[in-house]
Order: sequence, then structure tokens, then C-alpha cells
Amino acid sequence: MVLAIIEVKGLCYTYPESETPSLIDIDFRADPGEFVLVTGPSGCGKTTFCRVLNGLIPNSYGGDFKGTVVVDGMLTATTPVYELAQHVGLVFQNPENELFCTTVEREVAFGPENLALSREEIMMRVEEALETVGISHLKEKSPEELSGGEQQKVAIAALLAMKPKVLVLDEPTANLDPVSAKSVLELMYRLNEKNGVTVILVEHRLEMVSNLVDRCIVFDAGRIIADGAPREVLYSEKVSELGVGIPKIVQVSKHLSEFVGEQLRFLSSDELASYIRGRRN
Amino acid sequence: MIRIECVTYSYSEGISALDGVDLEIGDSELLAIVGENGAGKTTLVKHLNGLLKPQHGRVLVEGIDTRETTVATLARKVGLVFQNPDHMLFAETVEKELAFALTNFGVPPEEIAKKVEWALIEFSLSNYRDRSPFTLSGGEKKRVSLASVLCYGPKIIVLDEPTTGQDNLQKTRLASTLTRLNRQGETVIVVTHDIEFVADFIPRVVVMSKGRVIADGPTEEILVRKDIMDASSILPPQLAELSWEIGLNTPSINTAMIVEEIRHMLGRTNK
Ligand SMILES: Nc1ncnc2c1ncn2[C@@H]1O[C@H](COP(=O)(O)OP(=O)(O)OP(=O)(O)O)[C@@H](O)[C@H]1O
Ligand SMILES: Nc1ncnc2c1ncn2[C@@H]1O[C@H](COP(=O)(O)OP(=O)(O)OP(=O)(O)O)[C@@H](O)[C@H]1O
Ligand SMILES: [Mg+2]
Ligand SMILES: [Mg+2]
Repeated sequence: MVLAIIEVKGLCYTYPESETPSLIDIDFRADPGEFVLVTGPSGCGKTTFCRVLNGLIPNSYGGDFKGTVVVDGMLTATTPVYELAQHVGLVFQNPENELFCTTVEREVAFGPENLALSREEIMMRVEEALETVGISHLKEKSPEELSGGEQQKVAIAALLAMKPKVLVLDEPTANLDPVSAKSVLELMYRLNEKNGVTVILVEHRLEMVSNLVDRCIVFDAGRIIADGAPREVLYSEKVSELGVGIPKIVQVSKHLSEFVGEQLRFLSSDELASYIRGRRN
Repeated sequence: MIRIECVTYSYSEGISALDGVDLEIGDSELLAIVGENGAGKTTLVKHLNGLLKPQHGRVLVEGIDTRETTVATLARKVGLVFQNPDHMLFAETVEKELAFALTNFGVPPEEIAKKVEWALIEFSLSNYRDRSPFTLSGGEKKRVSLASVLCYGPKIIVLDEPTTGQDNLQKTRLASTLTRLNRQGETVIVVTHDIEFVADFIPRVVVMSKGRVIADGPTEEILVRKDIMDASSILPPQLAELSWEIGLNTPSINTAMIVEEIRHMLGRTNK
């Protein structure tokens, strides 16, 4: 068995001054190079789980934390957050609040500068990251003077420039236009496929990601209630009752299953279209 | 009625965020504004409640030029929910957050209590009434910011990315709230990247690109037009895509209609 890159055992967590736990009995393990989609209703614990993975919980948040979380060989509860940050990069759900430098370029350079890299290496990483998310033209601007989506792209570029082994993205596409969203998600797919980066991605819009990921976990009220291949999870009764966004192609496939007398489990319009064309010939 | 006449706006010299926008929005319309990142959507909607004033052209809200009135006056008519909820939330508790505008407008306490109660239920926030808005999840915060505006009943409701952080159930609830308010006569303007939400619930769509309006019309016509979508970084809804791939004569974005079409298609070949 390969050594897990993320191993969460018996985790229960309650925020300070809160009566109800936000995570309950979480056991989760990811192998290096997995691409895991995390979804579930609003308020179910997705962001809390992300904060656990990069050590903000318990180190900065405090609260009642039980269980163990090991990421890339480090026990999060006893490792300083800045050290974890070199291994686990997190893009926050609302990145505007995390941007604090005077220009986009400085913002993206901030992380690498703290890694004690050479000047050239830093410049190269910054250029590359800006290029990759398509915001080179904004590098002189102040993050405050950007549109919502442009700010989100800055946060993603800042993460890429760190080149962490584990990427945790909390709804990274929420403010992106569809073409930018698709290109960010495909970029994560490539980093995962080519460089073996482990990706944990929180998303509500499942139609955009379900055909990119290996595995999908679903939270509900602080617990993991489903874990498996997206084709299994998205077609399960339990998950569709939960009110997560079941993609249109899944809905149409379900409707057609009865009519054609077989269980259709398509995730993309390509798959369904080629099935239909096949039936017609 | 809102009239936007040839409005231009630039934050700094050289680049215009709005480059001659003309748009007319009738009373009790329900419409979406879509377009690429940086297209000017937020800049445009900030003109509707007077937060920004046109540098050229003018904006008329129910006949009043936004340059000749104050944000405070306009705010009663035009409720704007910001893209980033952290820019709106400030109160100690969710309940106080929702009561704030109502108190400011001098609404009697019994009335306030009723409206706050309505909003807490409408946005699934009843369990959070005593919580600090800052300790809520992303989606919960967004719902508080939506509730805080909708509960004082502005005639014109402008929502900048209302679906971010919302699961499908919350989106459906939001859509039915908006549809109901719209039927009661309110004008509802939704800025969004969530094309599936537009396809499902919003009848008119305005497409912006590079500071201009490049298309405006019924959703089911606009969202199946490839040329428009390419020009504004929009991707077609999954069902429009499917319609093209299987060569439907009339592409559709409606689940029931597509299922019917496919059945027909397969039924015919089965025989
Ligand atoms: N405060 C500001 N100062 C300077 N430029 C700004 C400011 N706010 C926005 N801009 C610029 O104006 C243009 C339009 O921005 P706007 O926020 O209206 O876009 P948007 O369509 O809402 O985009 P998004 O979908 O990313 O939210 C962008 O090029 C942006 O960089
Ligand atoms: N700082 C905090 N203090 C107390 N409770 C919190 C805090 N942050 C989140 N919570 C609560 O913990 C639960 C889980 O929140 P979390 O932010 O993890 O949800 P989420 O799944 O990310 O939701 P969303 O999709 O809306 O972003 C929610 O009930 C929320 O109200
Ligand atoms: Mg969250
Ligand atoms: Mg915007």
C-alpha cells in the first residue's frame, strides 16, 4: 500500500463558542495523486474540512478538536501553519479577504519569497502563474481595483506559484466566467495528471467537474455520507435527495434509463450524445 | 422603469469599464446580466442605486436621474446585494443585520419583527438568528446579505452573483422567492455566471462584453446562440450542447422537452 498523503482519523471538531460540532467522525484518506471532489449542501462542513487540511484548524481557530490529521507526513496539530503552507496550498472561498499586497505581481510573489528561492526562480514562477490564469495584463494593478473574478484569479495564481504537493481549492470558480472556470479546472486536471499533484476541490456546480475527477465525497451535516467514483455517487438515491446540484445530463440519463430499458450513467453531453447516435444507427 | 442611456464609466484613464451602455428595463421584469470577468457587470449595477454616477450619458430610475438624488433616497427603491457579502455584513447577530435597514427607514417594531421572521424562513436562516454573521459558512453569509436587502422590500432588486456558495436546493428556493416577488410586481435583476440558473429560471438575458451590451433577448433564444456565447466567455448550458451534438432541429434548454425529443428520436428508430 502506498503511503497516504492525507490521513484523517476519528476527527470531530467544534468551533469555539459553538454548541454543535461542524465535523463529526471523519475518517478520510487520500493517496498521492488523487483528484477528489468535495460537495454537499451549504453549511455541511466543506470549508471547515479545508481548514483542517491546512492546519488553520486547530492551530489558528482553536475550538474542540479530536482525532488526528496527517498531511504529507506531518501531524497538523503540532506543525506550524506556515510550514504546512509549503506543502498544502489553500485557495479560500472568498479570496478577496486574503489579498493584501499593493500589486498583483507582489501578491503572487509573496509566497515564493518566503520559500528562500533565488530571485530568478521567483520571477519565473510569478510570470508563469500569471500567464497560466490569464492575468499578466493585470500585474501592475492593485488587487482592490479588480473585478470579483479577477481577484479570484490572483488567488489561484498565488497558489500555483508556491507549487505545493497538495492543492486545496474551496469553490475556486464561484466568481469566474464559465470559460475561465473551465480552464482553471482543466489546469487542475493537468497538474494532477502530469505532475501528480494531489487536488482536493470543493464545488457546487458538479456539471463542470464530475468528468474530471477520480473520486467524489459528499458531506451532510458534518459527516461524510458518500465516497466513491462520481458515476456511482451522483447516480445514488441518497445523494440526489440531498439537494446537491445533480447535472442535467445525469437527470436526462435517469429519465431515459427506463425508456431504453438499461441503466444509463453518463456524466457529459459527449457521452450521452454518442450513445444516442449509436442507438439510431 | 429603468433607462440606461449611453453610459460610460472608467475607474482610471484609458480603460473604460463601461463603454456606451444602453439598456431599458421595464417594471416587474426578471432578467439576468451575464458576461466575462471584467465585462463591467458590477460597475453597471452600481449605477442603478447611485453608488457610481455615469461620466457620460445618464441613468433614470423611475424617471429620476441618479445624478440628481442621493444613494440614501435611491436605496429605498433599489436594493443592491453586493458580490462579496463581507462588504455588507457588520452587525453582531444575523437578526440585527436583517433589522438594520428597516429600523433606519423608521418601520414600526411589530412590522420589523414580521419582516425579519419572513426573511429568516425564506433563506433557511432561522437556526442562525443569534449567530454573528462572521462565523457563518460562505453560502450562509451570502443568504444573510440577500435576506438583509429583500426583507425591506425594495421595488427594484439587484443581486450580484446571488448563487455563489449555494447548493441546488438553496438555488431553487432563491429562484422561487425571486419569481414570487417578481409576480407581485417587483423588478429583479440578477448578475451571474451560473448559466444553468439562468437557463432554468430567468426569462430575459442581457449579455455584456468589454463594457458593452452585445446581446439582449429571451433566454431560450440567446443561450443557444454560439456566436454570442463565444464572444462573452459563456459556455452553453449542458442541454444546449447536447441538442447540437445530436442534431436537434430546435435546440432546447428544458429537461422535459429534451427527454421527449430523444424518446421520439429513439422510438422512431426502434421500429
Ligand atoms: N475599484 C476599481 N478600480 C479600478 N478598476 C476597477 C475597479 N473595479 C473594477 N475595475 C475594472 O473595471 C472593469 C470592470 O469591472 P467589473 O467589476 O464591473 O466587472 P464584472 O463584469 O463585474 O466582472 P466579474 O465577473 O469578474 O465580477 C475590470 O477591468 C476591472 O479590472
Ligand atoms: N468560525 C466559525 N465559528 C462557528 N461556526 C462556524 C464557523 N465557521 C463555520 N461555522 C459553522 O460550521 C458549519 C460548517 O460550515 P462550513 O463553512 O464548513 O460549511 P460549507 O460546507 O463550507 O458551506 P458553504 O457551501 O455555504 O460554504 C456551518 O453550520 C457554519 O455555520
Ligand atoms: Mg464553504
Ligand atoms: Mg462583478
